[in-house]
Amino acid sequence: MFTIVRDLIRYNIEFAVGLFILLLLIAAVVLSFFSPYPAADIYVVPPDLPPDAEFWLGTTSRGQDTFWQLMIGLRNTLGFGVGVAFLSRILSLVVGLTAGYAGGRTDRVLMAINDSVMVIPQFPILVLFYFVLKDDMNWLMLVLILSALGWAYDARLIRSIAMSLRTRPFTTQSVYSGMSMRKILVEEHLPYVMPVVFATTMNNMIWSIGMEITLSVLGFTDVDTPTMGQMIYWANSHSALISGIWWWVAAPVGAIVILFIGLFLLSMSMNEYIDPRSRLNRMGV
Amino acid sequence: MPTAVLQTPPAPAAAEPVLVVDRLRAYYRTHAFGLDRDIRAVDDISLTVAPGEVYGIAGESSSGKTTLIKTIVGAIRPPLAVVGGSVRFRFGGEIRDIYALTPAELQTIRWRHLSCILQGSMNVLNPVRQIRHSFQDFAFPHMGLKPAAFWQAVRAHLARLDLDPAVLDSYPHQLSGGMRQRTTIALATVCTPEFIVADEPTTALDVIVQRDVLTMLRDIQRRLGSSFLFVTHDMSVHATVSDRVGIVYAGRLVEEAETPTLFRGALHPYTQHLVASLPRIGDTTRRASLPGRPPSLADPPSGCRFHPRCPLAMDVCREKVPALVEAAPRHRVACFAVSGAPS
Amino acid sequence: MSLILDVDHVGKTFVQGGLLSRREVEAVRDVSFSLDAERPEILSVVGESGSGKSTLAAMVLGRLVPTRGRILFEGGDVAAIRSRAGRRAFMARVQPVLQNPFEAFNPLKRVDRYLFATAANFVVGGGRTRAAIEERVDRALVEVGLTLAEVRGRFPHELSGGQLQRTAIARALIPEPRLLVADEPVSMVDASLRMAIVNLFGALRDRLGLSIIYITHDLATAYYISDRILIMRKGEVVERGAARAVLDNPQHPYSIALKQAVLTPDFG
Ligand SMILES: Nc1ncnc2c1ncn2[C@@H]1O[C@H](COP(=O)(O)OP(=O)(O)OP(=O)(O)O)[C@@H](O)[C@H]1O
Ligand SMILES: Nc1ncnc2c1ncn2[C@@H]1O[C@H](COP(=O)(O)OP(=O)(O)OP(=O)(O)O)[C@@H](O)[C@H]1O
Ligand code: SF4
Ligand SMILES: [Mg+2]
Ligand SMILES: [Mg+2]
Repeated sequence: MFTIVRDLIRYNIEFAVGLFILLLLIAAVVLSFFSPYPAADIYVVPPDLPPDAEFWLGTTSRGQDTFWQLMIGLRNTLGFGVGVAFLSRILSLVVGLTAGYAGGRTDRVLMAINDSVMVIPQFPILVLFYFVLKDDMNWLMLVLILSALGWAYDARLIRSIAMSLRTRPFTTQSVYSGMSMRKILVEEHLPYVMPVVFATTMNNMIWSIGMEITLSVLGFTDVDTPTMGQMIYWANSHSALISGIWWWVAAPVGAIVILFIGLFLLSMSMNEYIDPRSRLNRMGV
Repeated sequence: MPTAVLQTPPAPAAAEPVLVVDRLRAYYRTHAFGLDRDIRAVDDISLTVAPGEVYGIAGESSSGKTTLIKTIVGAIRPPLAVVGGSVRFRFGGEIRDIYALTPAELQTIRWRHLSCILQGSMNVLNPVRQIRHSFQDFAFPHMGLKPAAFWQAVRAHLARLDLDPAVLDSYPHQLSGGMRQRTTIALATVCTPEFIVADEPTTALDVIVQRDVLTMLRDIQRRLGSSFLFVTHDMSVHATVSDRVGIVYAGRLVEEAETPTLFRGALHPYTQHLVASLPRIGDTTRRASLPGRPPSLADPPSGCRFHPRCPLAMDVCREKVPALVEAAPRHRVACFAVSGAPS
Repeated sequence: MSLILDVDHVGKTFVQGGLLSRREVEAVRDVSFSLDAERPEILSVVGESGSGKSTLAAMVLGRLVPTRGRILFEGGDVAAIRSRAGRRAFMARVQPVLQNPFEAFNPLKRVDRYLFATAANFVVGGGRTRAAIEERVDRALVEVGLTLAEVRGRFPHELSGGQLQRTAIARALIPEPRLLVADEPVSMVDASLRMAIVNLFGALRDRLGLSIIYITHDLATAYYISDRILIMRKGEVVERGAARAVLDNPQHPYSIALKQAVLTPDFG
């Protein structure tokens, strides 16, 4: 693992840049815990100050320090993406590996569910959830809902790999060694799908964070947990751009763009890493 | 006699060799639990291959044949390490020392001049992609052809190997073992190389296809006048294809001679056993296998590595290493019973 | 007369290709044979590449369900075994040795895990202590000319082809099965070791009363060791009978061609 990362840094500029951005984001997350003001408190600093030496990114019309808001927002947004990615990866692994290995009826039933989830129109469903749940619609709830929507496509991908793993002779060897299906899936097959899982993690995070921002900006989420989307929502509702408080909008938008570029670069270099061509090169064929 | 079809007159011995392997040593160096262990899989091997010659390498399982091949084509990855010696190819009059090349140069040479069919190489085919992608990825960049011409060449080549072009649209697991192996050979030879290295290329094939594949490999080899380093444990294949055969035992070359000489008048006790143990249709006399087990390469026997299993072993065999010396013209043997014990 | 295995007019059709280029491959057509419980034997199956030998083996092992016909093992339909306990009992009595030793072990895992798993899962009684399991594994390895010390902790790429195949055979022997389905078990090993493994098969048959289905391309060892032979081509059995009689005097044109293509180590 370490050598892989080292080689990727050395030979793959996309990975190096992506990793650098990721480290910056992690630094922001760590920093957010040292925020001098609680995230939800308002009017703790003079409002509407432009960026200067004291308030690096200025202050908002709600009397909050934009910099610290941004750090905390980044933490929540990243946590959100990671949470959704983690839960939905587990779902797609369980469904994909089981369906691909078991085949037959199990496969058909699981794939029927899978395909239904895939064709559900996501945005209307989310809005619907908001109207039904209203105040219960918090950060955690949204993580659960998006996880339940975001696994299907990748489960299909994992299933196709699992199907070919099932036909590999070593699977037969494991079966006749008396290993249980769980053991075969977790110990024999899982290592082969991990690269795909990593690569799809990035795409999944881009998708879920994008979803959260869209919902927040439109006001369809819980407004009390500061995230990137929340910041833009509040800036909008105070007509920040019209009243010239541009930093209030620019900070979250810039952060989102950088975050997305980082994730995109990582996902791209991961793709190159799992691409059979480069894999064979590394095998020395 | 079907065998005769494949035999060509041996290449003239005088020609400059294409491949010179000099005192090559390659060990697997492993560290486990603070314990360093060297597996001496290639230990002091020297050999030469002439232009247009088919040089066969035989030896029992785990004697180091595959390691020797890997070392010769420069496919060296830890824990394998070259400890000493050199490998020099001569391509177009130019001498290339394999270990002095940069990885990029080596890569170019491997595709332009050398073609490697490595053991177990069916695994090259990616299990989740159709075969055509493997051709596209590996061969297309090196052939310098337009796509249409390239696919036509591929199809023609597959046909020569008696493969249906439909394999291009198959996934590896849909092909039988034999078809997969032929596909790999097709992939490795579609670029028409000058030097072919093949490690057990026909081992998974049925006898008819084996014959066809060997004929095909010899055909490519003859058409291009390429040289051929051919590893297989199957002595009948050597009898059919190889001009010269070297016998490897526990990482050492113990005998080397022209094929007929080796089969009719082997001098080393191990080779004699190897030839005698071959089963034949129509013959049901019980074949004994060698007593004892193949030696461990991590801790090989002292002196002659064959001595614990050798019926002729003498005291000197336990202490001194017999050198590979010429016992007759073009016939080298490493055995004290043949060359006489040193004083 | 009781049969240990009864293969009854079995066929298998595969569907290849996607929606547009759908193609049916009849890998095995109408194959029948049986193995007698009282007379353990080695049955060779030979034939061209792609003639359906591995497919037949997979059906006998219960890995594939026949499209047509039935396979009975000790009187029970192999395809009808559904429960986990049933499968496990079946696997303790029928064990495979696979075609390509390089693919037969997961390249990312150590090979000894399969040996220990087999011993832990199938060997009942005699205590399942670590020591008993290791002892059982070592005994099986010694039977094929290896020792546990050589195999322990090694990854497949650290062993030679022959070592891997011997390990695979040792693993199959651990549950002390009735029937061994060996798909080209010796194609990767040299003549001397090949004779050792083939002789080992003979000894297992004679000593333990083990029946062996021996799939091979090597007609010489089939002649040497097997009692009966099936010659397959394009999924069909074209000739069958006592191994030596068939190979000494083949009747079907394909069998004759097969025998002629055998490379001989003789010069003259
Ligand atoms: N990566 C590795 N690490 C450690 N030891 C290795 C490695 N690869 C091979 N070996 C050891 O080196 C020795 C020689 O192996 P090699 O594969 O060269 O044998 P071979 O002659 O090709 O045998 P076969 O005919 O069975 O393929 C064996 O003892 C093997 O266990
Ligand atoms: N999973 C599969 N899907 C589609 N076709 C298959 C599948 N498995 C095998 N086949 C086809 O069935 C036929 C028989 O294959 P099989 O592997 O049984 O041959 P074999 O006799 O074992 O050959 P070999 O000697 O080369 O191992 C081949 O035409 C093969 O392409
Ligand atoms: S040197 Fe001695 S031990 Fe070695 S092969 Fe010759 S006689 Fe046998
Ligand atoms: Mg080898
Ligand atoms: Mg097969």
